[in-house]
Amino acid sequence: MALLETRGLTKTFGSVTAASNINVAVDEREVIGIIGANGAGKTTFVNMVTGYLKPSQGSIWYRGQDITRHAPREITRMGICRSFQVPQVFMSSSLFDNLLLGLGVAEQERPSFWRPLRQPHLVEAAELIVARYDMSQYRDQQVALLPQGVRKLLDIAMAMAHRPRIVLLDEPTSGVSVSEKFGIMDVVMGALRDTGVTVLFIEHDMEIISRYGSRVIAFAEGTILADGPPQQVLADEQVRRYVIGEELHRASGAAGGELGQPGGAHA
Amino acid sequence: MLTLLAILVDGLVYASWLFIVAVGLSLIFGVMKILNVAHGSLYAFGAYAAATLIGAYFNAGWAPLGSFAVMLLAAVAVGAILGLALERGLLRFMYGRDEVIIVLVTYAAFLILEDSILLIWGTNPYFAFQPYALLGNASVGRLAFANYDLSMIGLSVVTGVLLWWALTHTRQGKLLQAVIHDREMAQALGINVTRVFTATFVLGAMLGALGGAVTAPQISVTPGIGVEVIVVAFAVVVIGGMGSIPGAAIGALIVGLIRAATVHLFPQVELFVIYAVMSLVLAFRPAGLFGRAAARKI
Amino acid sequence: MAIDRFGVQLGLAFVVLAAAGFLLPAWAVFLLTLSLAKGLVVLGLLILWRTGLVPFGQALYFGAGAYAVGLLVLLTGLRDIVVLTLAAILIPMLLAWLVGLLLCRYRDIFFAMLSMAFSMILYGILVKTEALGSTDGFNVAPPTFLGFAPSGETMRVSIYLWVALLSLAAAYGVHRYLSSALGQLASAIRDNEIRVEYLGVSVQRVILIKAIIAAGLAGAGGAVTAFAVGHIDPDAMTYWTVSGEFVFITILSGTGSIFAPFVGSLLFELIRSFAIQYAPHFWQMVLGVSLLLIILFLPNGLWSVFTRLRKRG
Repeated sequence: MALLETRGLTKTFGSVTAASNINVAVDEREVIGIIGANGAGKTTFVNMVTGYLKPSQGSIWYRGQDITRHAPREITRMGICRSFQVPQVFMSSSLFDNLLLGLGVAEQERPSFWRPLRQPHLVEAAELIVARYDMSQYRDQQVALLPQGVRKLLDIAMAMAHRPRIVLLDEPTSGVSVSEKFGIMDVVMGALRDTGVTVLFIEHDMEIISRYGSRVIAFAEGTILADGPPQQVLADEQVRRYVIGEELHRASGAAGGELGQPGGAHA
Repeated sequence: MLTLLAILVDGLVYASWLFIVAVGLSLIFGVMKILNVAHGSLYAFGAYAAATLIGAYFNAGWAPLGSFAVMLLAAVAVGAILGLALERGLLRFMYGRDEVIIVLVTYAAFLILEDSILLIWGTNPYFAFQPYALLGNASVGRLAFANYDLSMIGLSVVTGVLLWWALTHTRQGKLLQAVIHDREMAQALGINVTRVFTATFVLGAMLGALGGAVTAPQISVTPGIGVEVIVVAFAVVVIGGMGSIPGAAIGALIVGLIRAATVHLFPQVELFVIYAVMSLVLAFRPAGLFGRAAARKI
Repeated sequence: MAIDRFGVQLGLAFVVLAAAGFLLPAWAVFLLTLSLAKGLVVLGLLILWRTGLVPFGQALYFGAGAYAVGLLVLLTGLRDIVVLTLAAILIPMLLAWLVGLLLCRYRDIFFAMLSMAFSMILYGILVKTEALGSTDGFNVAPPTFLGFAPSGETMRVSIYLWVALLSLAAAYGVHRYLSSALGQLASAIRDNEIRVEYLGVSVQRVILIKAIIAAGLAGAGGAVTAFAVGHIDPDAMTYWTVSGEFVFITILSGTGSIFAPFVGSLLFELIRSFAIQYAPHFWQMVLGVSLLLIILFLPNGLWSVFTRLRKRG
């Protein structure tokens, strides 16, 4: 039995079909890259799996249980977490306080109104996370003042606060300069690999997809075009046409901009 | 049977009053996202100004029918002067701040204006019954209706239709609607949002003052008449959905008819039935009857 | 450690309050009693304000607490101050739970005005109820203290000491609360509700809890006011202008410290007593102008001046 499975997942907004008959099965410890042009349905997929959107049709199964109608907070507690395209963090607090709060509420089923949040073991755990994600120099700064890349890391770190079995990362390197992308992915993937979590990450950069993903799912116009090993999917003709672009430039170790970009026939 | 007619007519009259009073608030709320607590003071100022002018007018012995023009004049003047003063002199420094803070600013303005009324007109009540008596009565069986009250219905319909037409068929109206939908986008398209704000606020102020002006002949004008108006007007706006003229009309109609029914049938609940209706509507339609849902955030 | 420093501050407050009760003249003790009672309400507002919510209808719970006391005294003859205060705390909390089921779905202006609407519902009910004296209200018999029935000056000081005790307990309780996970979630909810939900926490439930706590505090304030004044009526307890005063005091005090609401209330009461006596037609204008000045120049309330001076010194 698959860890996470969607069956016939469909989502329509009036006359717009954001997702149509999505069938995906995910097993433990997989690292799956999700690609597709903007509007192809990738974030809609993540929103449905994590309960933010309710599908028009179809169902979502997690560890044999139907989670289609569950709220995001219930799904989080069951073991599926996510990061966001635009980092959803607490802007007026410090980076450390963000993590502390995340860990603090993850620990108990219901947040306490009496026990202080600043428990030594929580502080220690937060320090570990700061170190592991290489954010030490930003520890006490207000998040509103931090660079986008650090906010992305924080967003991902907070997603991991619940020690989920599955984590979905929505464009973890978007908004980050090309030279930093790999650095961030190395840090993130290193941290995640240690926990044994199953990872699905949405990416536009094909090089990152092939380097970190053991499997690739390609979305286009709300449907799945291809689902398989990176070499196979990235070479697929339809994927080339609707996602990557007719000509795939292979990077030769030179500066970015030569890497394959999505677009092509999809306007 | 007659009770039903009484409820219907009373309901429509009250609904008309509610509409005139609430539509200005709804407009300002829809365009500027500001809940103008001072709307109550504009209403009161309109009433006092109308009462004063009507008094002077009849003392001067001019043609009685002209007093209606005087009321309109009072409303326009109050709306223009106070509206401009409030918007240009106070509110425009607050744009971009938290909307609750802006509400508190309008609340402060309300407090200042309320005492200004005391300073200008004192605590004694003002009366301006002449226009009311002028129009006489109409009777159906045992029921008598004042024609003045009935003409309120006409006034609110005319106002509503004019406003709706202006919003949907004139260029300025469409600019207003654009700002209601998305202020930033409107600015990006080159719409002078600042000017739209000023115009909207003054228009809303005039409508609020108009509500007071046409009410003056029906009541004794005393300090404090503005206070109840705010909450009632807000309830109507919330029920109908912010920035929606049809919404304000439907909201006023619902509240007016229900209140008339309770006054005749269950007088005990009269005072708060409007809030009960508001809570009920919000329980099923959180954005009001004609409100729009918010856009997706993630 | 922070809690030790707070403990010292609390102890100091206790000493000052107790001394004031025995040293100050009767009118001052009365003023202090009313100030502390209002301070309790504003303490509740502080909890909600930090979450980004500003209710314009806390008079609902303030009045509910006062009328709970009045009705219990009237109908059951209960006079014990502890029991009555407890009722005045629990009944508004229950009310807040019911009202909150609808209210907690809203934010910003809708939350503010819906809460006002509910307070006006209570106002309407009270005004229309002849049995409760409608707008005239009715008197509340003086309470007893675990059997003791003091009179005159002793009664006044006893009520004062009771509210001082309540205030200290509330200050400690809210302090603990603000350091807890629920308390820390306040600014998180204000910043980003979606993230809070995705951290596994029900935002509505947290807001409901905060609203219930604030209601309990407001009810206690209402009860004490009923005891101290000896008379309750809808205009003094539930009208929306009463809620407006609470909001004004919150802005005046700022939300920077647990003690701010009480200091702010005292200041407000002092100014109000003098203004009403010497310039009754200007009182609202003074209030309005002060509100504007605070919003423009001291957005964090008067307490921010205090902290600024302390940092410099």
